[in-house]
Amino acid sequence: MVEYRIDRRSGVATYLQIVQQTRQALRLGLLEPGDKLPTAREVVEATAVNPNTVLKAYRELEREGLVEARRGLGTFVRRSLGGAPADTPLHGELLEWATRARAAGLDREDTAALFAAVLEEKFPQPHAAPEQAVPQPQPPPERTLPQPQSVPHGTTTEGDPA
Amino acid sequence: MTDTAIEAADLTLAYGRRREPALRGCSFRLATGRVCALVGPNGAGKSTLLALAAGLLRPTSGRLAVLGTTPAAARPRVAYVAQDKPLHPGLSVAETLRLGAELNAGSWDAALAAQVAADGELDPGARVRSLSGGQRTRLALALALGKRAELLLLDEPMADLDPLARNRLMGTLMAEAAEHGTTVVMSSHIIGELADACDHLLLVSGGRVRLGGGIDDLVHAHALVTGTGRVADLARHTVVESRATGRGLTALIRTDGPVDPAWDVEEPSLEELLLAHLRAPDAPALITPGTTPTRAVAA
Repeated sequence: MVEYRIDRRSGVATYLQIVQQTRQALRLGLLEPGDKLPTAREVVEATAVNPNTVLKAYRELEREGLVEARRGLGTFVRRSLGGAPADTPLHGELLEWATRARAAGLDREDTAALFAAVLEEKFPQPHAAPEQAVPQPQPPPERTLPQPQSVPHGTTTEGDPA
Repeated sequence: MTDTAIEAADLTLAYGRRREPALRGCSFRLATGRVCALVGPNGAGKSTLLALAAGLLRPTSGRLAVLGTTPAAARPRVAYVAQDKPLHPGLSVAETLRLGAELNAGSWDAALAAQVAADGELDPGARVRSLSGGQRTRLALALALGKRAELLLLDEPMADLDPLARNRLMGTLMAEAAEHGTTVVMSSHIIGELADACDHLLLVSGGRVRLGGGIDDLVHAHALVTGTGRVADLARHTVVESRATGRGLTALIRTDGPVDPAWDVEEPSLEELLLAHLRAPDAPALITPGTTPTRAVAA
């Protein structure tokens, strides 16, 4: 059973924190297809957030095809997110890179900024368009990830970026 | 059955003829199943509004319906915890809970009341008069939750609880709301502790409702803009508050259509939204659609 940690000062919408932590649990293999997510009641009892926030997060995960709600039974994982198990060789390479960054005199913030810049270059966020879009007050960024909706259980689909 | 928990139309209450009314002309509607933060400065009228909804005060004028009926008739389905947590000082914790059971026979949830009391490590034999402020709060909330009411009216429920107790009790309240669709109205002047738990907001100041509606809707209706323009350039929007920042201007506006791209636009936090409205008492009120009183409320 996953446990959600809500950081009230992160500036990230609460429902999005639940979505991101679920995705993270799927990536790390803490959740696998068939596993049941905690019920809204269990989440709100532990985190003291509004029930609608949890339901909104679960709807978003369902929209992404990651989970499915089964009436009267709960919400279950449909597929896992592949790409970065903790023991991937990429982990070691990144570790090496971080070691070199430290040796080159970069501190934590410099390193994070550099990594974020590369991340943004290779994985641009769909909602952060480069041209200054009409700056309207927007609802919290709803990520629209173009992902296949019908995927056989148990397969990992997100291609390794490498 | 009704989908409206509280509906007020032009609600006014004056405690005496010579005194400024505590509430003047409040109108709003709260749907059932919502968790509503009732916020505002001291003396805004929050406690008066809750006491009216609990049927303990009669309005001077205007109308108020609770769960589709009069506040008095709704009382068996409403639990109200007043700010001073009135309990009988001579009773023990166990006796107080038994009193709750007898007064609410038929709906009493003994397990839930006992669990809320036990979470606070309340000694069942301890007299109410010997309890600390926080322990008394917990016992009062145990009574309110044990009643299994459809509407919980809580006046400053968290004020004298430590952070862990607040978190636990808020969790218990949210679990109730999730499982039973209980409507909750909680007053506070510290918005931070309510922001995550509530989905609805009533901002009261000067006896009036200044903002009312779903928290997301209210936040999205506003924008925090920064730029080198002038206030006059924002005339098509409602400027709630503006101030000079460096060579430019920062303003909290209620948007009407797109904002000129020359301005840097951000979504305000709930706290920024509330503070701006409290600093600008003359800004027009905003009650979002669906949260205005819809029809004639019960007399």
